[in-house]
Amino acid sequence: MSAAMDPVWTALALSLKVAGWATAITLVLGTAVGYMLARWRFPLRDLLDSLLTLPIVLPPTVLGYYLLVMLGRRGWLGAWLHDNLGINLIFTWQGAVIAASVVAFPLVFKPARAAFEAVDGQLEQAAQVLGLSGAKIFFRVTLPLAWRGILAGMLLAFARALGEFGATLMIAGSIPGHTQTLSIAVYEAVQAGQDDVANRLVLITSVVCVTVLLAAGRLMPGQVANRRDGDRG
Amino acid sequence: MATVVDASASDTAVDDASSTDASATDAALIDVDIRKTLGSGKRQFRLAVAFSSRCQRIVIIGPSGGGKSLTLKAIAGLMTPEQGRIQLAGTTLFDTRSSIDLAPQARRVAFLFQDYALFPHLNVRQNIGFGLSRHWLNPGADSGCPEVDYWLDAFNLAPVAHQFPHQLSGGQRQRTALARALVLQPRALLLDEPFAAVDPLLRIRMRTELDELQRRLSVPMIVITHDPLDAEVLGDQVFYLQDGVITDSGEGWPGAGRG
Repeated sequence: MSAAMDPVWTALALSLKVAGWATAITLVLGTAVGYMLARWRFPLRDLLDSLLTLPIVLPPTVLGYYLLVMLGRRGWLGAWLHDNLGINLIFTWQGAVIAASVVAFPLVFKPARAAFEAVDGQLEQAAQVLGLSGAKIFFRVTLPLAWRGILAGMLLAFARALGEFGATLMIAGSIPGHTQTLSIAVYEAVQAGQDDVANRLVLITSVVCVTVLLAAGRLMPGQVANRRDGDRG
Repeated sequence: MATVVDASASDTAVDDASSTDASATDAALIDVDIRKTLGSGKRQFRLAVAFSSRCQRIVIIGPSGGGKSLTLKAIAGLMTPEQGRIQLAGTTLFDTRSSIDLAPQARRVAFLFQDYALFPHLNVRQNIGFGLSRHWLNPGADSGCPEVDYWLDAFNLAPVAHQFPHQLSGGQRQRTALARALVLQPRALLLDEPFAAVDPLLRIRMRTELDELQRRLSVPMIVITHDPLDAEVLGDQVFYLQDGVITDSGEGWPGAGRG
């Protein structure tokens, strides 16, 4: 659309915007859910964990279809949003953010849960006896000891969101400059026989993803160890 | 406090523990009478602990799995008994009859975990200052605070103030944990098997250190242990806890020359 700007950079900028928002959303929700699953005991906990893990296993197109059914004009949530708030998510970049968030969510909450479970509960009890309230204990003890695992998951989620294709296409379509992200632009370029565009898009995507993985790899080893000294003398 | 209707009529082994008679409970440092049933089905454990003492140095000794840790955790508020009461230094911490159950944060007791539970992401200075700061963030690595400086000096920890727990010796860890607790001026020190995790040679030194420290500060102290030597050195009054019940008590450990 905006012919003034190179479509490749437009697609990259859109991809980064969508992936950035999706990462922020999954980071907050994934950390909260990971903590909940690690620390609270409630019925159907395992079922909830499995359901939330589903996006890793399900084909993105199936997820996209579920989202479409739910968020579309005639979907129960979509209709409500449209009638009450005048919000339409289909064929918008915000819709792409939702698709990317759902797909990337397990990559954050799973490592977050593991990281929280690795934090010694006795440290939280010690903080309690030292007079700190629950929320402050979370921010001063639990989170600092778990953040490495959460951050590693966050970077993976960013990479996954950046590469999202199937669900995004179902929800947001492929409108250049609006919802056409990098990975979708690659598909469109190949379809249209624009090999030079496709090559550049592929190169850029690869560089960004490798960078993110390198960063995640540097954080990964400390994920479970959480610097707690485990020696017995 | 004077209205405490004595519960010595209760059916558990209060007989030995109440060698200090009911009228003296007011002066008692600690007065505990709690019940709790844990587990379900065949593997059930019943805790029914009752004791009171006017001594400043109390040791509860017994085999592991006998309920020592549970009792100590109940005093600190980390475990909630089903019924009973806990009084410490004239304050009721817990009483099911008047629905009192102070949060651990409000009990002002110092709890020393077996492996000290020092915060691994904070250095010695930050660990000691942890409870003094009630903010959302931990104290800075260099945060100056007169109370923290005082304990760093008193416990000879100033040279390692910037080290992290995993870099410390066993004795330094214990002193850091003690300093972290004492800086808040607690009503009492509760120590959970303080020397169980250290080798015998260090154990002797750390026990002596704790003994001298307690005498210097005269802060009330309750130690749980399975080591008779701990009871001998640290206990003015010793309670024997087995299978969830106090079965015996004495002034000092039988056969020990001190008291």
